Amino acid sequence: MHYSLSDMILDLIQNSIEADAQRIHLDLIRKADELIVRLTDDGCGMTKGQLERSKDPFHSDGIKHKHRKVGLGIPFLIQTIEQADGSFEIQSEKDKGTTLNIRFNLGNMDTPPEGDWPGLFLQSFCFEGNYELIINRTIIREQGEEAGYTLQRSELQDILGNFNESGAMILLRDYLRSQEEELLDA
Amino acid sequence: MAKMTLEELRKLRSSQKSEMERRDVDGKETHIIVGMGTCGIAAGAKMALDSFLDAIKANDLKDVVVKQTGCMGLCYSEPTVEVKVPGMPDVIYGNVDAAVAKEIVEKHIIHKKMVENHIQDKPAGDIIK
Ligand code: FES
Repeated sequence: MHYSLSDMILDLIQNSIEADAQRIHLDLIRKADELIVRLTDDGCGMTKGQLERSKDPFHSDGIKHKHRKVGLGIPFLIQTIEQADGSFEIQSEKDKGTTLNIRFNLGNMDTPPEGDWPGLFLQSFCFEGNYELIINRTIIREQGEEAGYTLQRSELQDILGNFNESGAMILLRDYLRSQEEELLDA
Repeated sequence: MAKMTLEELRKLRSSQKSEMERRDVDGKETHIIVGMGTCGIAAGAKMALDSFLDAIKANDLKDVVVKQTGCMGLCYSEPTVEVKVPGMPDVIYGNVDAAVAKEIVEKHIIHKKMVENHIQDKPAGDIIK
């Protein structure tokens, strides 16, 4: 199985949820040969030291893996991006939140495939907890026209109720796929 | 698929709900819990989730709750999925790819028989037949 860009971003969103974020904002901006990802959360954030350690592949806060030294997905992400001529920035402030700015170079052979975006959205909406997640999906085409759609977790929850009920989840999946299909067809 | 509006989504959901209310539910639900740790995702947990939803839809199953959980600590056997069916022991399945997910729905959930080769956490031998 190929670990795709959407898988990496799912990992990052999971980190935000685990950091007790109440509001998470994801912008995904696709241009001809680059993908810009901005992820902002108001979770517990990190101190300078924690931030440094988060980049160390052998460090772990011990929450995910109690008996092992394994870091967050961040070191792996940084490595993948650096190998493929992209860029990565992380800012974090204790008790305020974390912001990530990532640029993937889609023209580079070593950049993993994008993966399934509607699948990522479905998964990131369906974790348990009362967080708000707003996703802005934008495509900027060659001539500079923009197209896109916005998804808001609270709004979808309001319509569908509990996402965990399989009927609701199936409808949500249909909805998300239809947004993406329309965007790519247009 | 034509682009669905929020209004259409709302309508579909309410017709689905009224259908649910007409059935006499005994209050028992089946739970499918998919492990979504880093390794679960890398191993294809997304494909498992998709396949569960497809099989639930194809068999028109009701009262199924599908959840995602973080790391289950079983990296070596990801994707890992816990299945709880009323009247059956809870089972953790490992290496659940799309085909196994479909099999779990058809065998375990519909016919109440375990999918043996993928059981991770075996309940006592006398329970499995
Ligand atoms: S990430 Fe694999 S068991 Fe936790």
